[in-house]
Amino acid sequence: MEGYGEKSYFETSALSVGYNGLALIEDINFALGRGRILTLIGPNGSGKSTILKTLSRQIARIRGGAAVDGSDLFSMSAKELAKKQAVVLTDRVRPELYTVREIVSLGRYPYTDMMGRLTVEDSRIVEHCLELVNIKPIEHREFVTLSDGQKQRAILARALAQQPELLILDEPTAFLDIKHKLELLSILRRLARETELTVIMSLHEIDLALKASDLILCVKGDRAAAFGTPEEVLQKLPIAELYGLEKGCYNSELGSVELERPQGEAKVFVIAGGGYGIPHYRRLQRLRVPFASGILFENDVDAAVAKSLAESAVLSPAFEPVSESTLDEARRVLLRCESVIDAGTPAGSFNEKNGSLLALAREKGLLNGKYE
Amino acid sequence: MLRKNGRAGFIWLARIIFYRSLCIRMKKTVNIETNAHTPKKSAQARFALVMLALACLLALSLALNLLVGSVGMSPSRVLSLLGDGFRALMDKAPLPSSDAEILFGIRLPRLLLASILGGSLAVSGFLLQAFFRNPIAGPFVLGISSGAKMIVGVTMIFLAGSITLSPAALIASAFIGSLLVTALVLLFSQKVRNMELLLVVGIMVGYICSAVTDIAITFASEQDIVNLKYWSMGNFSGKGWEHVRTAALVCFPAVCASFLLSKPMGAYALGEGYARSMGVRIRPFRLALILLSSLLSACVTALAGPISFVGIAVPHITRSLLKSSRPVFVIPAVFLCGAVFCLVCDLIARTVFAPTELNIGTVTSVFGAPVVIYMMLMRRHRAEG
Repeated sequence: MEGYGEKSYFETSALSVGYNGLALIEDINFALGRGRILTLIGPNGSGKSTILKTLSRQIARIRGGAAVDGSDLFSMSAKELAKKQAVVLTDRVRPELYTVREIVSLGRYPYTDMMGRLTVEDSRIVEHCLELVNIKPIEHREFVTLSDGQKQRAILARALAQQPELLILDEPTAFLDIKHKLELLSILRRLARETELTVIMSLHEIDLALKASDLILCVKGDRAAAFGTPEEVLQKLPIAELYGLEKGCYNSELGSVELERPQGEAKVFVIAGGGYGIPHYRRLQRLRVPFASGILFENDVDAAVAKSLAESAVLSPAFEPVSESTLDEARRVLLRCESVIDAGTPAGSFNEKNGSLLALAREKGLLNGKYE
Repeated sequence: MLRKNGRAGFIWLARIIFYRSLCIRMKKTVNIETNAHTPKKSAQARFALVMLALACLLALSLALNLLVGSVGMSPSRVLSLLGDGFRALMDKAPLPSSDAEILFGIRLPRLLLASILGGSLAVSGFLLQAFFRNPIAGPFVLGISSGAKMIVGVTMIFLAGSITLSPAALIASAFIGSLLVTALVLLFSQKVRNMELLLVVGIMVGYICSAVTDIAITFASEQDIVNLKYWSMGNFSGKGWEHVRTAALVCFPAVCASFLLSKPMGAYALGEGYARSMGVRIRPFRLALILLSSLLSACVTALAGPISFVGIAVPHITRSLLKSSRPVFVIPAVFLCGAVFCLVCDLIARTVFAPTELNIGTVTSVFGAPVVIYMMLMRRHRAEG
């Protein structure tokens, strides 16, 4: 039970956010402890950014309150807040002729004197932040010439130079490739663990959100639909429902998304199991050929994917030999198909029935290689 | 005699340009070395170097402006005249000779005015660029100078009658005109995010203001027309110590205030959101920027007429020399660079076709507009590449 039971560092109470005095999302309640990562997920336009902009005081709240470490977020002075909270926004910035180091140094803003001069201590902190996100080697490069991944790390380092306790990031992975997405999230996880940095962010990638966060807040329509640990949230509100997806598009066991399954009666039967079937499923899915598969144990990785992609999957309880009745069902499904593919799953003592399916297919001349 | 002096001016100019390019080249090599060994110091070192070079150039162009003119004087003569003149001024005695008259009554106020106003105009442009976060913004291209001109023209004709306006009154009316157009441009900038489009709007607003000024002129008396035409062409000539004093009193505090805004200006370069998150109070800050910029450009327009392109070209040159946009470096350097730029342009304006004088705006356009075109092309190139 992460996030609960411990002393809360940041919490909102009946917070309503929106624009121009109109509430877009009402009655947001959540709390998180120091060093926790909270991720906001939800469809585009659901108001994730509006919540984050309100929490970072970029826009005025409508109603309700929020507290950081016991003090009221909305009545804090701007300078005081700048020492507690830093942001990574979606704004694409183009500060010409600024070096990476200069950008990161700007983060010392709340601490420096009237002319913005850096003390030795300030420089040391800047140095440390450059190292934290691995951009020390490019500190003298001009910011606008960097790649998206490098830019985002520089912007993150700038935020860290503010020495915040709370970091708010709006879609920090939006323009990044998968390597840089993972890298960024790893940095955040490390900071949360090592320096007790509390993180509130929004992400588009549900799979990454569920894996990188301690807590999840689902935002949908006019309300915060669910709040809790990733596991709790998945139970309360299936991802497919949150995003209004077709059933089966989101695979909650694997935490992955699948393209829409081919429509119609199964034309091919894939004899599979143990992950041997997945490449065939994907190929058939791309060819838009409806297929069936079997006999799969319920806990098999093939079964998880087949449930999303196959027209029908013949499943068998795990940890026991396949029963006669399951074999009969598989035979029926197989005989409806035009062709059979042998994925090459070895037949062991539990799934020896797959062997008899194969023999049946061979006898009926269904191993015709039509879709291979 | 006249022609000879004109040619001497040219030779001097050629030398300036040559020395300047030499300086830049030297700076480049120095910078590469410092970069390799102590990169931490390079920004500050570069700033010091650029400031030194600009100060030398300023001294040089001040000297040139003193020496060169329709009445030729040798450096030693100028020095002794300066000594005599200052002594005479201290004793409140009349100036000893006509040469001293020329130096004290004409050349000295003119070159001081050119350097103060040139520097101010460049700072004004830089403030606008910080405001719009775009290096192509400037008081002239956004129509702000034309707005100032319009109100000054209208005031000259309808309110003042045939009385000559005091410099302070001129500045006040120019300031009102600047603020009017600035408000209009800001209103448009809410709708138009694209800077190039905003420039077109600014140029159109400038034309409208010029049209209003022309209409006003139609109803003006002969004397007013002469005054107005003379003023609106833009030049530093015929200005006395009163103008210099007013310019100094308005511009120096405004430039200092701008310098004090360097810290939030640096944060603002990252955009409003980030600036706010670091504790910048956006509204007062933006207001201060726009007021200071308008005041500076109004002062220039009031005292010397609309001067084109200095507000864009000089900040660009300065940033390129510094290789930095940090306001804390750029503001002092841009002031010096603007002063040098206007002094050189004024020297050209009064020597090239001597005894006929060119408008200062004509010369600044010739040198400034290509810089602006180059910048726009480079930006397009970068945006695509």
